[in-house]
Amino acid sequence: MSEPTHHVHKVVPPKVYLAVFASLLFFTALTLGVSYLELGVFNAVAALAIACIKGTLVVLFFMHIRYSSKLTKLTISAGFFTFIVLITMTMTDYISRAWGMW
Amino acid sequence: MDSQAIATLPEHEQQAHEHPDYVRHHFASADQQRETANFGMWLFLLTEIMFFSGLFAAYLIYRNWYYPAFVAGSHYMIIWAGTLNTAVLICSSFTMAMGVYSAEMRNRKALIRWLSLTLLLGFVFLGIKAYEWHAEWVEHHVPGLNFSIEDFTHVNPAYPADKPLSPDMAEKTQTYFSLYFAMTGMHALHMCIGCGILIFLIFQAWGGRYTNGHMNTVENFGLYWHFVDIVWIFLYPLLYLISRHQ
Repeated sequence: MSEPTHHVHKVVPPKVYLAVFASLLFFTALTLGVSYLELGVFNAVAALAIACIKGTLVVLFFMHIRYSSKLTKLTISAGFFTFIVLITMTMTDYISRAWGMW
Repeated sequence: MDSQAIATLPEHEQQAHEHPDYVRHHFASADQQRETANFGMWLFLLTEIMFFSGLFAAYLIYRNWYYPAFVAGSHYMIIWAGTLNTAVLICSSFTMAMGVYSAEMRNRKALIRWLSLTLLLGFVFLGIKAYEWHAEWVEHHVPGLNFSIEDFTHVNPAYPADKPLSPDMAEKTQTYFSLYFAMTGMHALHMCIGCGILIFLIFQAWGGRYTNGHMNTVENFGLYWHFVDIVWIFLYPLLYLISRHQ
């Protein structure tokens, strides 16, 4: 058995929480502002991109994934990967079944 | 701890050490117990992600099928309420994170303060949500209970550029509102469960349960609370924002 890599538990300082909190509020204001612009399909793209950034910030810092062990990181990545596979398979089915018939 | 900490340690390492009393006998150390609890919580959250994904996938597909109905339906959302609720939940995620930090610092008073603030913000969120649901009830937008297509076969006064929908497409706004109530309702149910657990945690924290070094429970509840926040971070643009200009 190889030596396990040592993972030091890190206490996240409140400064980091405050910075993440401020960015989340900023991105909320930004997504609201962008929704008032006329961007066509890019309204949805921009809104979802901002939501993804916000979600990632919460996962990395509030949920401590940035500081957690490789096992936890790998498990969560595997979960998201499975999620993307399932969504992609569902969508390819719906997109290819009846082009423009709905 | 590392990835192999989950595995049982070899026999010779299981000699009697001095352990804090909150470490269960089948764990080698407090760190291992913490890592294991954390890992288990994440597995649960992954099943929750899959659960909500089903609703999001349904929303995506039906929005493509009945696009005009979804646009017309979302034009009746109360934007300020959704935005305010997003801000409230983000604040509550911050207070929850500070609660976890206080438990880590073994500061009992701060922990109780931050947890209570989180609970308060949770109630504010549910209050605003209830206000919106009531408005939708009054406007006859609740499918299965008091739905009327009236609003959708006429021009929405707030969006004068909208064309009125044909009666059969107007019927499809029920799909939008069904998904709206299913998604926000399931999210609100998670909030209610979260508030219930928070009340329990505050009582326990009062007795000093989480400020003696044992903070797995607070930490894992924090993960749950942040997860519910993330769900709303995606619900907000999908339900309120992306159809404003179509």
